[in-house]
Amino acid sequence: MTDLTSAELMIVNAARMLKDGDVVFVGVGQPNLACNLAKRTHAPNLVMIYEAGVIGAEPARLPLSIGDPTLVSGALSVVSMYDIFTNYLQRGNVDVGFLGGAQIDKFGNINATIIGSDYAHPKVRLPGSGGAQEIAAWANRCYIMTPHQKRRFPEKVDFITSAGYLDGKGGREKAGLRGKGPIGVVTDIGFMEPDETGELVLMALHPGKTAEEAVKNTGWALKVAAQLRITEPVTEKELRILREELDPAGIYLKGG
Amino acid sequence: MTKLIPLSEAVSQFVHNGDTVYAAGFTHLIPFAAGHEIIRQRRRDLTLARATPDLIYDQMVAAGCARKVIFSYMGNPGVGSLRIVRAELEAGRLEWEEYSHFGMISRLQAGAAGLPFMPMNQTGAVDLERANPLIKRVTDPYSGREVITVPALNPDVAIVHVQRADKDGNAHLWGIVGEQKEVAFASKRVILTAEEIVDEAVIRSDPNRTLIPGFIVCAVCHVPGAAHPSYAQGYYDRDNDFYLKWDKISENAETVKAYLDEWVYGVKDRLEYWQKLGAETHKRLKVKARYSEKINYGSY
Repeated sequence: MTDLTSAELMIVNAARMLKDGDVVFVGVGQPNLACNLAKRTHAPNLVMIYEAGVIGAEPARLPLSIGDPTLVSGALSVVSMYDIFTNYLQRGNVDVGFLGGAQIDKFGNINATIIGSDYAHPKVRLPGSGGAQEIAAWANRCYIMTPHQKRRFPEKVDFITSAGYLDGKGGREKAGLRGKGPIGVVTDIGFMEPDETGELVLMALHPGKTAEEAVKNTGWALKVAAQLRITEPVTEKELRILREELDPAGIYLKGG
Repeated sequence: MTKLIPLSEAVSQFVHNGDTVYAAGFTHLIPFAAGHEIIRQRRRDLTLARATPDLIYDQMVAAGCARKVIFSYMGNPGVGSLRIVRAELEAGRLEWEEYSHFGMISRLQAGAAGLPFMPMNQTGAVDLERANPLIKRVTDPYSGREVITVPALNPDVAIVHVQRADKDGNAHLWGIVGEQKEVAFASKRVILTAEEIVDEAVIRSDPNRTLIPGFIVCAVCHVPGAAHPSYAQGYYDRDNDFYLKWDKISENAETVKAYLDEWVYGVKDRLEYWQKLGAETHKRLKVKARYSEKINYGSY
């Protein structure tokens, strides 16, 4: 499958981390495809929640924004934003959150706010948290999906928009966060997981990728597990669902 | 008592220079018609609060209406950067105040409930707390743990678009109901725009669907199509093509000016705007019906 895109590789591997019955806080774009793919393969009982307040969405078409009307028609419930962030997320009723951002550091902290060192005078102003700050803190487990590029993986982020393992010294526990944090980072090269301090370590490679590539494209001295796993190849069925059913126009499947 | 007046009159009476304005709606029912009317009436020095500024505030900022924005996600939803607000922030020409979505919505919930602030559990991400001095901490008197607080937000004026309302302002909304109810109760004045004006009996036939009672509403305006390019569930679809188009339009000042001249200053009202969109766009945004099952309230 030489024509597999980076996006397809990441989406399929992210989908496989979802368990049947998970309640998942879905983001628009690639995470949405991963969740819908999981629901149509190994996790038919996945409950998809969107931050716009939709519970148990079954989108009939590809949602193009976080508040697409297709999410509402046929959903289990629609609630206010205050309800979704309190009753569902803060209370502990969400199993999985998907996160991304401009920068992800060694401890899985994410920056989606500013590039530069001065908040008041940013070099680049990014969109900001949206729901990410609370999803990262309170979902039982989080996954990060991002192309493996050095500029995206600095040793330290310019601004912590959402918490990973903070300084690697038990920062999450001190703040009393209920969620486990980013337990997996899926890239187009492989898979990183936190060690006991929270430092992200290369644990798996996609078929044909090398540890050297991963190290070269990471902004800190990336540790590599002694026994690297190789991820299962993307199947014809997974690709067919993505390309023919979920995103036939290829809006989120092209590129990274 | 009828509160039914034209939108131009509502904006003229209830939106003043220097006001804090909250145009409600999370992706859904964004009151673009009112935003355009505020631009046409050349209001200035507004503080524009919205979880997602969206294209409506990008356009109002471009037109020179704003002094400050309050937000929690400043992007073009599903497309990318919100170019004008972003450029103004980066250039230091526009003040801003920033929260997470939960922080923003908690501010409204406090405002709506008549409380001074709202507590939230810690998230560990303290950089925003450092950047925004209005985000504070207090000790929970029961557990002794620290919780995060945000102050109540009580906008001067809320603008809320709904599917249907009666002439007194009792309003039915369905679909994504992000923060409309909270915004309406939090604000000092409420302007309602509605796809349809219906008889009071229609409202009374389904009281659970009434999120906003007429007695907190100042003005009701009949403005079909008011949410375009966002959408009204069951009435018309989101015009995603326009969200993509705005990404190009907002790349430079000339094309933004041309857009505002043609589509905001160049039309009298939303009816003229809607007609100008043309039959092809109307057809593209049309939605097929999908009705809910009837429920029985019982006759007592």
